[in-house]
Amino acid sequence: MEVFLQQLTNGLAVGSIYALIALGYTMVYGVLKLINFAHGDLFTIGSYLGLTLLTSLALTGRLGALAGILCLALMVMGLVALIGALLERTAYRPLRQSPRLSAVVSALGASIFLQNAVMLIYGARFQVYPHDILPKMPLDLFGLYIPLVKVLVLVAALVMMMALYLFIQKTKLGTAIRAAAIDQGAARLMGIDVDRVILIVFLIGPALGGVAGLMVGLLYGQINFTMGWVYGLKAFTAAILGGIGNIPGAMVGGILLGVIEALGAAYLSIAWKDAIAFCVLIGILIVRPTGLLGERVAEKV
Amino acid sequence: MKRTLLMFIAPTALFLLSPLVLNPYWVDVLNNVGLYAILGLSLNLIVGHAGLFNLGHAAFYAVGAYTAAVLNTRFHVPVLWLLPLCALSSGIFAAVIARPIIHLRGDYLCIVTIGVGEIVRIALLNNVFGITGGVNGIVGIDRPSVFGIAIRNPHEFFYLIWGFAAITVFFFHRLENSRFGRALNYLREDEVAAEGSGINVAHYKLACFILGAAWAGMAGDIFAAKMTVISPESFSFWESVLMFTLIILGGSGSIPGVILGAFLITGLPEVFREFANARLLVFGAAMVVMMIFRTGGILPPRPRTYPDIDAPVGEGRP
Amino acid sequence: MSLLSLKGLSKSFGGLMAVNDVSFNLAEGSILGLIGPNGAGKTTVFNLITGIYRPDQGEIRFKDTPIMGLPTHRIVSLGIARTFQTIRLFQNLSVLENVLSGWHCRMRAGSLRAMLRTPGQRREERRALERALEMLEFVRLRHEAKQLAKNLSYGNQRLLEIARALATDPRLLILDEPSGGMNEQETGELILLIRKLREQGITIFLIEHRMSLVMKLCESIVVLDYGAKIAEGKPDEIKQNPRVIEAYLGSEEGEGR
Repeated sequence: MEVFLQQLTNGLAVGSIYALIALGYTMVYGVLKLINFAHGDLFTIGSYLGLTLLTSLALTGRLGALAGILCLALMVMGLVALIGALLERTAYRPLRQSPRLSAVVSALGASIFLQNAVMLIYGARFQVYPHDILPKMPLDLFGLYIPLVKVLVLVAALVMMMALYLFIQKTKLGTAIRAAAIDQGAARLMGIDVDRVILIVFLIGPALGGVAGLMVGLLYGQINFTMGWVYGLKAFTAAILGGIGNIPGAMVGGILLGVIEALGAAYLSIAWKDAIAFCVLIGILIVRPTGLLGERVAEKV
Repeated sequence: MKRTLLMFIAPTALFLLSPLVLNPYWVDVLNNVGLYAILGLSLNLIVGHAGLFNLGHAAFYAVGAYTAAVLNTRFHVPVLWLLPLCALSSGIFAAVIARPIIHLRGDYLCIVTIGVGEIVRIALLNNVFGITGGVNGIVGIDRPSVFGIAIRNPHEFFYLIWGFAAITVFFFHRLENSRFGRALNYLREDEVAAEGSGINVAHYKLACFILGAAWAGMAGDIFAAKMTVISPESFSFWESVLMFTLIILGGSGSIPGVILGAFLITGLPEVFREFANARLLVFGAAMVVMMIFRTGGILPPRPRTYPDIDAPVGEGRP
Repeated sequence: MSLLSLKGLSKSFGGLMAVNDVSFNLAEGSILGLIGPNGAGKTTVFNLITGIYRPDQGEIRFKDTPIMGLPTHRIVSLGIARTFQTIRLFQNLSVLENVLSGWHCRMRAGSLRAMLRTPGQRREERRALERALEMLEFVRLRHEAKQLAKNLSYGNQRLLEIARALATDPRLLILDEPSGGMNEQETGELILLIRKLREQGITIFLIEHRMSLVMKLCESIVVLDYGAKIAEGKPDEIKQNPRVIEAYLGSEEGEGR
């Protein structure tokens, strides 16, 4: 039982990371109908930027642990958001009128470019996050000992997802995003500045992905330039699982995938852990491509 | 085709004679170009002609290579005799894999093929069925021999590989200019219209996957014989990306384009050594740039020619 | 003899009844028109016949064989060809290759015979080319054979779609708003073309909004409104049918004369 609960919390923690990354995929897909292959690499950039800022600015030393991390998170989010907007401007905007598959190839190229840029700048080996940022004492929750960092990750992720959900549902800009996701042309005719909507999506999505990268660094202590590839694919699986284009779906899908993976690794086999996500992906696309919560867009003949 | 043929004869002759003058290192580079050309041509059926985004082609390459490796090391079947078996195993594998996913829309199919490639690689790493040798792979594969002549050094491999490439070009050129090739193009342009014109779209999607996989499987056989050692790391996602990129950059759907692409992705990093570490970086950027400025690639396909179109007008009736 | 018969055909999409218990017969060698206000379900009927949708209820029989549930390409090879409301040509391929696609289902050579260039395959290719050029000649587009489809004028693109459909050697030709975007002169030529087709023994079933064309061309007309058949008969009867008039009152098009 304890193994189960332990793995459950692991699954929830990694799942919320998948969820944060998945949100980036789903939001971009919803508005542009494009799979942003480079999103996983924005996540990687977030983790590396976090490391650089953490070590060079010594924020936690100066501000204390929690405030330092908060400050770090905000900086990472801001920077990765900017890179995301830049990515959209250079690699996707020129292809808005082109056939969709051109944009897919461009996204792939951008992903390859970013991943290798990170490798060339930071090196191919694993980089290590400082261990001593947060107190090591695990929290005692209902008899389970959970490391503080895991709880922080979970809580922070939940807060951000809640904030995003409220933003999308309740604000004018959020409604504009939803409208553009349903029908860009009609949204434009309604006076919605679609370019602005796309920009916002490419700021929020990457920001969430970037902070997820920071969380991975804090949670697991080690980062590598190929992370974006694995996490990205899994997060994409999560987005599909929940229904691509569906924001609550991405949140549910992420957490669900994290839990499935953690339990699968514990009870089935750790060597095939990564394959689990791919099998889930292929399975979903074959059996129920609309995902758990999503909806399909029919093609009019 | 006749005039183009004449234009190509001189450079081709020079090319065929080059192993006699180049040092073995460069001949080996040309051998790699040749292998990528064959792989590129096989993937071109799927990506270039049918417009299906397959980013897991290395999986078919791997199935062929491992089939050859296992059958050769355990049953001592000569490597070249295994060519049809490798084609068969890769083809069957593709048939099984593609069947349930072939109806998926472009970008989803892309993701699934990535997943398939990864699952295959992970399976190979985990010594699936106990025969793949795990992370160390399989060693001790025989060198090929043709009519009793053993093929050992780079310039002997040069003629084997480029001979195979030439055969590939010969058959694929005919395939392009046939009912089959046209059908692939129709479904690339508009699936609904193709189906509505009487073309069994699902069948052709599957067929091009199987044919492309079978050819990649044969390339895998030659690769295994050349390296005598194979391991999962030769069949990673990045291999699939390289094959895909060479088509996109060189010319999607065009045989000369694909061959040019093979030269670019293999040859350029060799020529510009400092570039070699950053080669994927450059390719990534090149893909973005190519899509923005020249979607067809450097050498896009030229429209097919048909005889007698301008012949005198006859009595028309349905 | 009924070439095509629909009995009790129904199809709904998520609660919306697009086609509601529609029945009628199409006599061989005739020209039948399907009209109705926008959204009446006309194209859905076409899509049901050609296998793009599967009916929820009802039967479709072609040459007295049920064809519901058959894949579209199979229905084409049985002898039903169609054009699309929004033109669906292979835009980046040549006019000739567009028409060649129609003959595909009447050919046999696969990848193996293609690679080996057997004599049979070469003969088949020559015949395909001849036939495609004949079709182009029939719609007077032969001189454009090498042109890319996307470069043709709108009216010519519609003709090309018809040529492609003809290349499948159909018994029944289904045309979805073939005069869309055509001017008066082109429409007149279209009428002549359709009549010529009927003389060759091809049955025509068309959806049209241009009333003048429907009245001139069709021997009988079926009228749909909100997915249900509200009238069927000769053009003169339909013109005066109060239910038909009422269905069209209040809708934008319908220069009913």
